[in-house]
Amino acid sequence: MHSFFHPTSPQAHVVTTLWWWMFGVGGAVWLIVVIAMLYAARARRGERGDDGLLHVSESTHHAMERTVIGAGVVTVVILLAFLAYDFSVGEALAQHPDRALTIELTGHQWWWEATYENPDPSKRITTANEIHVPVGRPVQIKLRSADVIHSFWVPNLNGKRDLIPGYVSSQWFTADTAGMYRGQCAEFCGLQHAKMALYIIAEPAAKFDAWLAASATTAPLPTDSATRFGEQVFLTASCAVCHSIAGTPAMATVGPNLTHIASRRTIAAGTLANNRANLTGWIVDPQAFKPGTLMPKSTLQPAELQALIAYLETLK
Amino acid sequence: MTAPDANLPADVTLTDAAIAEEAATLDAVWRDAPGFWGWLTSVDHKSIGKRYLITAFLMFLAGGIEAAMMRAQLARPENAFLGPDRYNQIFTTHGTTMMFLFAVPVMNAMGLYFVPLMVGARNVAFPRLNAFGYWCYLVGVVFLYVSLFVNMGPDTGWTAYVPLSGPQFAPGHRVDVWAQLVTFTEIAALAAAVNIIVTTFKMRAPGMSLNRIPIFVWAQLVVSFMIVFAMPAVATGSTIMLAADRAVDTQWFNPAEGGDSLLWQHVFWFFGHPEVYIIFLPALGLITPIIETFSRRRVFGYSALVLANITTAFFAFGLWVHHMFATPIPELGQSLFTAASTLIAIPTGVQIFCWLVTMWSGRPRFTTAMLFVLGFFFTFVIGGITGVMLASVGFDQQAHDTFFVVAHFHYVLLGGAVLPLMAAFYFWYPKVTGRLLSERLGKWHFWLFVIGVNVTFFPMHILGLEGMPRRVYTYLEPTGWGSLNLLASLGAVVIAISVVIFVVNLVKSYWVGDVAGPDPWSSSGLEWATSSPAPSYNFLHTPIVGSRHPLWEPIADAPVLVGLRTDRREVLLTTTFDARPDSRNHHPNPSIWPLYVALCMGVTFIGSIFSPYFILGGIGLAFIGLAAWAWQSSHPAGHELIAAPEAEPV
Repeated sequence: MHSFFHPTSPQAHVVTTLWWWMFGVGGAVWLIVVIAMLYAARARRGERGDDGLLHVSESTHHAMERTVIGAGVVTVVILLAFLAYDFSVGEALAQHPDRALTIELTGHQWWWEATYENPDPSKRITTANEIHVPVGRPVQIKLRSADVIHSFWVPNLNGKRDLIPGYVSSQWFTADTAGMYRGQCAEFCGLQHAKMALYIIAEPAAKFDAWLAASATTAPLPTDSATRFGEQVFLTASCAVCHSIAGTPAMATVGPNLTHIASRRTIAAGTLANNRANLTGWIVDPQAFKPGTLMPKSTLQPAELQALIAYLETLK
Repeated sequence: MTAPDANLPADVTLTDAAIAEEAATLDAVWRDAPGFWGWLTSVDHKSIGKRYLITAFLMFLAGGIEAAMMRAQLARPENAFLGPDRYNQIFTTHGTTMMFLFAVPVMNAMGLYFVPLMVGARNVAFPRLNAFGYWCYLVGVVFLYVSLFVNMGPDTGWTAYVPLSGPQFAPGHRVDVWAQLVTFTEIAALAAAVNIIVTTFKMRAPGMSLNRIPIFVWAQLVVSFMIVFAMPAVATGSTIMLAADRAVDTQWFNPAEGGDSLLWQHVFWFFGHPEVYIIFLPALGLITPIIETFSRRRVFGYSALVLANITTAFFAFGLWVHHMFATPIPELGQSLFTAASTLIAIPTGVQIFCWLVTMWSGRPRFTTAMLFVLGFFFTFVIGGITGVMLASVGFDQQAHDTFFVVAHFHYVLLGGAVLPLMAAFYFWYPKVTGRLLSERLGKWHFWLFVIGVNVTFFPMHILGLEGMPRRVYTYLEPTGWGSLNLLASLGAVVIAISVVIFVVNLVKSYWVGDVAGPDPWSSSGLEWATSSPAPSYNFLHTPIVGSRHPLWEPIADAPVLVGLRTDRREVLLTTTFDARPDSRNHHPNPSIWPLYVALCMGVTFIGSIFSPYFILGGIGLAFIGLAAWAWQSSHPAGHELIAAPEAEPV
């Protein structure tokens, strides 16, 4: 789900309510102006004088004065009411709730790196492009950028916030309904700005805790010859130069962390469904899907590729 | 007032032969030199204004073609018509063209062409500067489009946010092209602004006191001051900071070296938001005379309209942070900009109310020009209302950088600036060419354009709120954005058809349109007091002005200004407030040096992309030209005070 019209957090609710008010009042104002314009356009007022111009009586002139002043006053009243309402919305959005779950989100060209903070370093987990959050608990997203400016925006949950190099900013939301909410980078960030999506997966607390626990584990060891070969391919071909898999020597942080890649729904920042065909296609030629992406074409032999895919599919 | 020339008895009647002789003398003095050389050396505001208008209109068509390419690409999900690299160049060039090479220059051009005619002057105050400004603009136009065709078009958006546009993430010369293009348009806009300010303040016909200036001239005057205050900000940002970061490794915007990547946005939008009003206020100024003429009524609330212009100009400098509501700027600071962004709607509202009651008190006649004014009300008000919505920090954080904003500013710019401009084309085309545009084609043009604009841009509001960010070269099928995008693309086809009709009308009417005569609409401004097109010297006799509507309220016996020399270029300067005769001034002759200096600027700034040494060389060459320029324009009898302006203003 990806829409401002279906708010699923208190932060998004207040703004959507504000929007419907603005839409109603603004629509009425537009309608009145257009009706007034059509009415004025059909006017046959004024008497032709010797100078070829039209002249109106003094009382009509006074009526014009009253109309303009009246319309001006109504405009001012509407705008001041809007300001007051808007400031109250702004105040509601500025409240920072307690006992929030904190997630660090780093923007990269063109994917999202999410780290769940934990006092115990071994329980800090790092994932990419799919962020699980518990329903009903406030979430603080701390935003940083690794390169250029990006913007984090999941319309169902809250407005957007820029990720600016040299700054740390943050955004809050409390998901009130379980669901999968799509977001997409909103600040132009280069060639693949269009394919830099992410998902917020809001789930009941118990399910979230289970996910968090599972995600803190290291990757399972390969159990058969095919997946053992696949792991070897991963570590010895160029994959490990950029990616990491917890529990193996691969610890690079240039690309997304792949420790639990098989449990994600999409790959390439929300671009492709995570299935065997897409994963294979992506590894063989990422440029075909996201021209300009930093991941290069692979030079793997078919057998190596098969094994690699088989290995990655075990990383639940 | 009486004419300052005491030698001429008050009751003398000039014979036709004497008038013809005087006209011939004036034309010999004021016309451009013959042939191509004359074209290159012209300093006539009408020749230059016409070039400006045509070049800017061609830029409108170029920007339109780029828009059509984008709509073709976005018509369906995962389309392969344009790849990301090409798309990014196209959308950047579209925005850059429309803002820097069409909208601002076309409004400047309207001012440079019409302000002297509307205030009864023979030319602008600084004619060579005017020529220089146009040539700089033309250098910028050629530079951008040659770059685009050699795959060197800028690709980081017309806002060129750092660090994406910085040396680390945008190697090559694409962003340099953008940064230096901005330099050329800054020079051109500043030249136009200074010219319009001084022309308005010092060259008005006697009797045209400040409270009698046409509303369009007021708008041009206010906007010229805005240009003077706004342009230096972007000049500092792009020409000094960004270009220096890229060329000589300064670190203004690099946080790793103590720079600040947010600084660019402040510098850019401190210019960028006033820029919108620099485009919009002159467009509003075009509306007043059209409504007056076709309603046969003097506009209601002249003072309110003037004050609305001035208030808008002040507010316009206090809005820029509403482009940055998603950045980490403290909430309290943001709310001040919310208030300013909301309240700026008041002066615009007042202008609309004044026009509506003016129409209501008359008997409006619906020529094409007037239809476009109605189209303006219908379309622009939507953009104005979404503008107030975007002043809300909470809502803006949702709508910012989405298609909602794309819809909003196209409603404002197409509705608020292009529709009035098209009205103005139908209204003033006869003054420029001597022939009327076809009303029949005009009505087709009007209906298709207004329908096309609304069909194209209205769906974008919904797309934005459904989550579609701007500046994306494609979108995935499951997003569900396909059908509204297709609708928007179909609307773009309608716009394209209407613009083709417009071009046909413009070209065809030039040859076969009805001959207009001096004043086809029985309008009120001074520009209609001379032939269409105006002769090289604009007015045979500068009229004396006694009201806001000189042609509607003529002074008995139609006094004119005499006593200026006709055998050389001489103009009358009047006082700033009351327009009393102040001094006679020698006026510069045609010159090639403005073109030469503009080309040197081209060498300087385009060369600076490749090596900083071009700056030294280019400026050295320009200095020679500036010396020659100044040498040529000096004259022993340059400036003569009129000893005792015995005449009282009317």
